[in-house]
Parts: sequence; C-alpha cells; structure tokens
Amino acid sequence: MTEKTNKQKLVVIGNGMVGHHFLEQLAEKNESTGFIVTVFCAENRPAYDRVHLSEYFAGCSAEDLAMGHIEQYRQWGFELELNNPIASIDREKQTVTTQTGSLHRYDQLVLATGSYPFVPPIPGHQHERCFVYRTIEDLNAIRTAASNAQSGVVVGGGLLGLEAANALKTLGLDAHVVEFAPGLMSTQLDEGGSNLLQKKIETLGVTVHTSRATELITDADGQLRMQFKGGDELITDMIVFSAGIRPQDELAKSSGLQVGERGGIVIDNRCRTSDPNIFAIGECALYEGQIFGLVAPGYSMARTTVAQLTGMETFFNGADMSTKLKLLGVQVGSIGDAHGRSEGAAAITFVDEQSGVYKRMITDATGQKLLGAVLVGDTGDYDTLLQYHLNDIDLPEHPEQLILPSTDGAESLLGASALPTNATVCSCYNVSKGQILDVVHGGCHTLAEVKDATKASTGCGGCAALLKDIVDSELAALGMEVNNHLCTHFPYSRQELFHIIQVEEIKTFDDLLQKHGSGKGCEVCKPTAASIFASLWNEHILEQAHVGLQDTNDTFMANMQKNGSYSVVPRIPGGEITPEKLIVIGDVAKRYNLYTKITGGQRIDLFGARLEQLPEIWRELIDAGFETGHAYGKSLRTVKSCVGSTWCRFGVQDSVSMALRVENRYKGLRSPHKIKMAVSGCTRECAEAQSKDVGVIATEKGWNLFVAGNGGMRPRHADLFATDLDDETLIRYIDRFLMFYVRTADKLQRTSVWLESLDGGLDYLREVIIDDKLGICTELEIQMERVVDSYQCEWKSAINDPEKLKRFRQFVNSNESDDNIIFVKERGQPRPATIEEIIETAESA
Amino acid sequence: MHQASARQSSHTSNAITHPHWLPICQRSDLVSNSGVCALWGDTSSEKTDYLAKPERKGIALFFLPGQERQLYAVDNWDPIAQAGIISRGIIAELDGELTIASPLYKHHFRLEDGVCMEDGNIQLATYPLAFNGNTVYIGCDK
Repeated sequence: MTEKTNKQKLVVIGNGMVGHHFLEQLAEKNESTGFIVTVFCAENRPAYDRVHLSEYFAGCSAEDLAMGHIEQYRQWGFELELNNPIASIDREKQTVTTQTGSLHRYDQLVLATGSYPFVPPIPGHQHERCFVYRTIEDLNAIRTAASNAQSGVVVGGGLLGLEAANALKTLGLDAHVVEFAPGLMSTQLDEGGSNLLQKKIETLGVTVHTSRATELITDADGQLRMQFKGGDELITDMIVFSAGIRPQDELAKSSGLQVGERGGIVIDNRCRTSDPNIFAIGECALYEGQIFGLVAPGYSMARTTVAQLTGMETFFNGADMSTKLKLLGVQVGSIGDAHGRSEGAAAITFVDEQSGVYKRMITDATGQKLLGAVLVGDTGDYDTLLQYHLNDIDLPEHPEQLILPSTDGAESLLGASALPTNATVCSCYNVSKGQILDVVHGGCHTLAEVKDATKASTGCGGCAALLKDIVDSELAALGMEVNNHLCTHFPYSRQELFHIIQVEEIKTFDDLLQKHGSGKGCEVCKPTAASIFASLWNEHILEQAHVGLQDTNDTFMANMQKNGSYSVVPRIPGGEITPEKLIVIGDVAKRYNLYTKITGGQRIDLFGARLEQLPEIWRELIDAGFETGHAYGKSLRTVKSCVGSTWCRFGVQDSVSMALRVENRYKGLRSPHKIKMAVSGCTRECAEAQSKDVGVIATEKGWNLFVAGNGGMRPRHADLFATDLDDETLIRYIDRFLMFYVRTADKLQRTSVWLESLDGGLDYLREVIIDDKLGICTELEIQMERVVDSYQCEWKSAINDPEKLKRFRQFVNSNESDDNIIFVKERGQPRPATIEEIIETAESA
Repeated sequence: MHQASARQSSHTSNAITHPHWLPICQRSDLVSNSGVCALWGDTSSEKTDYLAKPERKGIALFFLPGQERQLYAVDNWDPIAQAGIISRGIIAELDGELTIASPLYKHHFRLEDGVCMEDGNIQLATYPLAFNGNTVYIGCDK
C-alpha cells in the first residue's frame, strides 16, 4: 500500500542504543517534519541496553534490558525491520539494498551501525570455544559453554575485558585476564591507578597476566592451549576476546564515503558524512580523528542529527570521555586527561596502601583548573571533580583538599548550590542544572517527577546523588515542606485520618468529607478511606455507601487485565488443595474458556473472565467450597508454605498446619497495601519466608518470626523480630504487628518501607509489640479479633444479594457482552488479541 | 466495534445542538456516585463484531445524586488503554474539575466535555442525559 506523498523518506541503518535514542528524539519532533522512517536492524531484537549487558548474567532478562519495543515504534509510525541487515548503499540512486535483495529509496540516510569486537588475528582464534562479548546472543553462547567449563580466559584488560572477567566469575569459572599492555585499563588509568586495580582484582580471585602477547591457540585434549610470545603457556576451557572495538564502517567504505585511516566514518560537527544526505552517529562515526566508545557522546550525536534534520542548528563538538564504574566490585573513575599529557600539567597524588585507595588530580600549570583525575578504590569525589573539570570552575586555594580524606569530618563537596546554572549535571541526556531548577519551579517536587520530566539520571545513573542534592536544596530554598497530606481533599496523613475515623466512629465517606475534608474526593482519598473503614468496621465493600470508593478491582472483586476482562483467584490456604478441588478449577476454566496460570503464591489464577461471567464463575467455585482469595484487594494475599515435618525429612515443625492457621485468621484483613506471608518448616527456608511482610521459620524449639520483608520492585530481607516462640505467642505478635502497621502506615506503604521510616526502627517496634511500651497491645488484639470475627467471604455475600449482582452487568440495558474483548489461542489457551490481530480479523471479515 | 482501530480519538466537536431525546435505561439501573455502562445505538441489528456501525457503542453513565449536575454520559471506550472500561473508574475531583479516573492507566477525563486532563489532544464524546420520571433519556443528533 503506497500513497503518493511528498514526505521525505528517512532510512536508519542500525538499532542499537544510539540508533534507538535517535528515533526517540525524532519521534518527539516528527509531528511537524513527518519523515517516513524505516529502520534496518541486523539483530533479531530491537535495541537493548548494552551498557548493562553484564547484568544479563546476574539475573537480568533480555526483556529487562530492552529499550526499543516493537509496539512503541509502531505508535511512532516507524517501520522496524528486524533481522534484516543492509548489504549495500547506492549513493547515486539514493537507495539501500538488503541482504535479501529488496531495494529501498531514501532522501536522508542515518548510519548507526555501531562497532564490532576486535579479535586479534591469532592463529586458532576461530575455535568454537572462542567468543566475543557484544550481543545477547554472544552472552547466551558464553553461558552455554561455561556450563561445562572450569576455567576461562579473557583476552583484553580494558573496561569491557574486566566486565567479561567478572561475568566468567559470576558463571562460576576460574577467571584469567590476559593483557598485551603492561597495565589494566591503560586508556583510562595511569600506572599507579592501574597497579592498584590489578592488586584489588587479584585478591578477588581473578588471575591477571600483563605484557602478554598471544601467538597461537591450539586444541589440547579437549581444552585450549594459549601460547605467548616468550614461550609461556596457559591451558583453559574457553576464551573470550575483548580487545577493543572497531567501527562498523563496511557499508560506508563500499559506497565510497570518506573513512578514517584506521576506520570510522568521517563526520563534521553536524554529524554529516562526506555525502550531505548521509549522517553517521555513535561508535561507527569518527569526529576529529576520534571514535567515541561511550554511550553519552553517541546520544549527543543522535540529538545533533535530529536537530539538523528538523532544521535546528545544534552541533557536536566532541565529548567528555570521563567515566565512573564498578569493576568486580572495585570502584574506578577516570576524568579528562587522566595521564597528565597536557602541556605543563601538574599532578597531586594521594595513595593509601592500607585501605587500597589511589587518587590523582591533574591540574594546569597555574593550579587553577582541573584537567583530569584518576580514582581507584574510592570514587566518592568523582562527581565533585567532574563538575570542576566539565564546567571549568576555579579550584580552591588548596586543591589537594578535594582528594584528601577530611580530618575533621568536614565534607569537601562542591555543593549543589556552588554549581553554575549552566553546569551539565547529566551527560547521558545532556541536562543542565538550570533545566533541573526549571522543572522544580514548574511543579516537579519529587525526585521521581524531576527524573521523569528531564530524563536526568535515567541513563548510566552516575549523577543520581548530585541530582538528588540539587532537587533537595532547591526545594529547601523554595521553603517547601514535603507534606504528607493524603491529597488535596484531606489535609491529613493516612495515619491521622485513621485516628479521626476511629475516634469519631465515622462510617461513610460522605460523612468524613463533610466533617474533615473539602471538595468532592478523588481516586486517592476514596480507596484509602474505604480501606480504613474496612480495617475498622469491616462492612461489605459493595455496601451502597462504599461502592463509589473502590478501585475497579475491589468493585468487581476481581483483577482487571489489559483488555478489560478480569482474572479470578480462589483462596487456596497454605497452597494445600485436594484433587477434587483441583478438578473443579480445571472444569470451571474449561467451561468458561479461561487461561490458567499457577501464581508465585501457590494459587491458581484464572484469566479472561468477562464482567458478566464473574458471578456465575464464583457460584460454581463457592458451591465446591472455595472462598475469595482477595487477589484484588489491598489485603492478605496468601501464606506460602513448604510441606514441613509431615513429609519432609528435614522438617522440624508442621509448617502447613501453621500456614493454614495464619491464612485463615488474617484472610480478608484490609491494610494499607497487600500483605504476603510464608511459613517454612526448617531453616532450609523452602517457603522463602524472609522475603515476606510476615515470615515464620520453624526451629527445634518453636518459631522464629521475621517481619517487613519485601520481594517485588525493591527487595528487602525481612528482619528477625523474635525467636523460638510457641504457637500462641507467635499469633499474638502477628496480631499486634499487623494492626500496628494497619493503623500507622501511610497510604500504599508496604511493611518494608513503613519499618524503615519508623522512628527508632526495629528496636522501637520490638518495644511496642513485645514490651507494650505504648500500652496499646490489648487494644490492638481486640481490634484484630473484631476483624477476624466479622470475616465474610465477599463473593459468597455478593452472589446471594440481587442488588449487589446488578453491578456485574456489562450493559444495564442489554444482555449482550462486550464485543471488543477478543481472545486468540496461544499454547493451547486463550490470550487477549493484540490490536493488530483485531484489525486483521476485522479486515478479513 | 470499530473503536479498536481508532488509535487516537481526534478532537471532534462535542456540541449537540438540537438533541433528539431517546430512552436508554431506568433510574434504578444507575449507581450513586459511580458509573454503569449502557449499549447505545442499533441494538436490534445483528452482532457484527469489531465492524459494528459506529452508532453502536458502550456509553458510560454517571450518577451523582445531590450535586449541582447529577448526570453525565461519555463514551465507554478508553482510547489510551484501548478497552471499554471508563464506566468502571472512580469519579475524582482534579484541580477543581469533576473527572473520571480510568481504571487501567489512571488517565483523567473531564466529565463535562470528555477532554483528557493528561493529554488535551484526546477527548471522549459526551452526551446530554436527563431523567424523565423513572426513565433515563440520552440526547443525540438524531
């Protein structure tokens, strides 16, 4: 389908981090310019975060690393061709040809082809157990090979080589680094820094071989033998080459674009190549004889190119190659002219061999300006030094103070207030202090809002501390107090509101609003009030007065999914279920065509129920003896358990019985946030209780109680609260702990954050719960007893009440169902159809 | 219904100048301080999934007893979330304006004119609504 258009065709070759950043920036401006954009990507997945590639071995998935998303590109109106490398460029005709032979015309062409790993041409380097370290596919291959290897060698002791060595260590191998130069990271560090880094890395168990040139790689009885110049050898199971990068400039060369003597596509300060219709950005580009192998300069080139394409005048003038990172746990920083090669440069060095810290500043001849710095073992001064360097700030009278440990505890930090307004704070996204102040004045009053508005600190994260400092000090300067008001309708915190409702025995939102609030309420205060009413009075959530207060999940007692259908979770206490009940769940799922999945909390989630089906589904589940699982509410979810002493040879207590007792006691309790619990039958901890809000672990003498753990977004290990408790004491402590949390936590605050913000922390919590320091324990227990006694299965009450059932009609005036909810089959089960699938179906209908 | 392919609803004029009133449901179908969804249009026509005529769609009806204006009607389709769920949101006052907070991604749409508070380019169609005895009537352009 082509239409005649006078829109310009823009072709982008390459979809790495820089290519993606270019598209992201272009999308923001493309409304007005309206390029028709096609992107060719040689890899089989859209752009991902190569800076954090190593985290792939530390449990990060390809999905976590993803930056570009097919759906996102589609929304921008850009066409993305994955797995479709370009074979040639015809500059005369302004076309590109793919390797599969299809031809595409362009008006403007952007080369973002990146770089490839340099592999020295050592005989034997093509061996199947020799790898490079660049793509997710490379990492998959390394992981596979490592699974039956004992040792591995990285060739190259630069930045990426040390990362690769760390990856091999993470995979459980005995790791070696072989470096041609006399020291590690010779580009960034001087000799002193390099030596210290080597010492530190060796104590971590990585063997470093410097000044070694590999001459031959041969097979040695199923292993690899590396032969070095001078006769030494090394036997290993696998080799990873990380000897630097080379610009991917083949296409440019073959089409006659000007390239550098040692590679790289030559660009000017507009990022234009020798052909005015072709731009090059990122690691494939050569600017003033230099390749920039960091992401920030690449981003800067991307922004320059977008500006040029949209008629703005922005230029690329080179970039700062300073960097701060942690390699194998060692902090390393390098700023500007780290080697002191500038004319008249003078150095100030601080070495503490005792604690393994090396710091060196390079100043100009006058000692006024900072030209560079090297930091190993402690990069605490990096942010300050970088600001002096980047913004050309005059050094203090005694510049050595900047790197010397302060004797009087005084901080020699260049505070946020001392920075000039035009100082660059975030070099990844090129955000100045001035821009940050602007958004703060414009109404962004939290760090998260500032990050969102400016993107500062969302790249490498190196400026996070400085950013926080600037935001905090500006808020203080504006005389702003961070208030804890629930929202604009109630000038109280959740805790204050809880006390008001409790003391005045307020039962409805209207009453609360009239007496203590203003306006009409919103999606923050309504559910919060509903939750407090439920914690205190425990009326059914669908009572007339509460209906309008609930989030949709509570209103319909099910979890809304992306297409407006719902999922259903019956309670399976402690994860224990009879075969008969399992069959019922299967039967129901089959009858209503539901997608079934086992959850992390030992229950079964049934997806794809339409609103009007919910009551029928629940009638069947309740008839079979099931109760609601409250998966939709801010309340107790589930109590996970192992099989305990009943079955397990290691179990010391009956964890299943205890899990059942706990779950049946606290089910239905409404709280500031969801609550998860677990009971393990011995210290092997198979139920993972230490990641729960309440964790119980059996001992020979009774139960250990852990509190305030958290999985999820911000994991936190639970704290050991009390040891060797008998059954009754355990329940009593949990009663008190939960009710104290319900009463005093902020809105949507999990126990982990609540405990961290509690004055006095864990010790204070023990004083309140165990020693009854506040004299409120009896009251807390009575209140919990009231909630336990007034428990009702919300679904059971609902299906027996015609008035409540009226809510579950898709249309109040028709028995039809919502024909926008469409499912397709995948792996033998239904899933929501994508927009594309729906349109396809519609067009073929 | 064809809404599925509407990637973004454009700014259309919402003004209905000479409403033509038709019954849509009963007073008892409404829920105080909350929303319900009604099917609107040619309900007798055969179901023609996702190619339905544009005049057949879900409309979200909100009832706020005791307020200055008690009745509001807007399209039930959330063009941002791409699902028919507006009626299941929470009625929320935002910067002094009455809005409905859509349940999936919490965008606010002003009840009065359907404009999205987070993105002024997006607007839901709105309709006049009125009681006539115990019947609820909706106004449309014939």
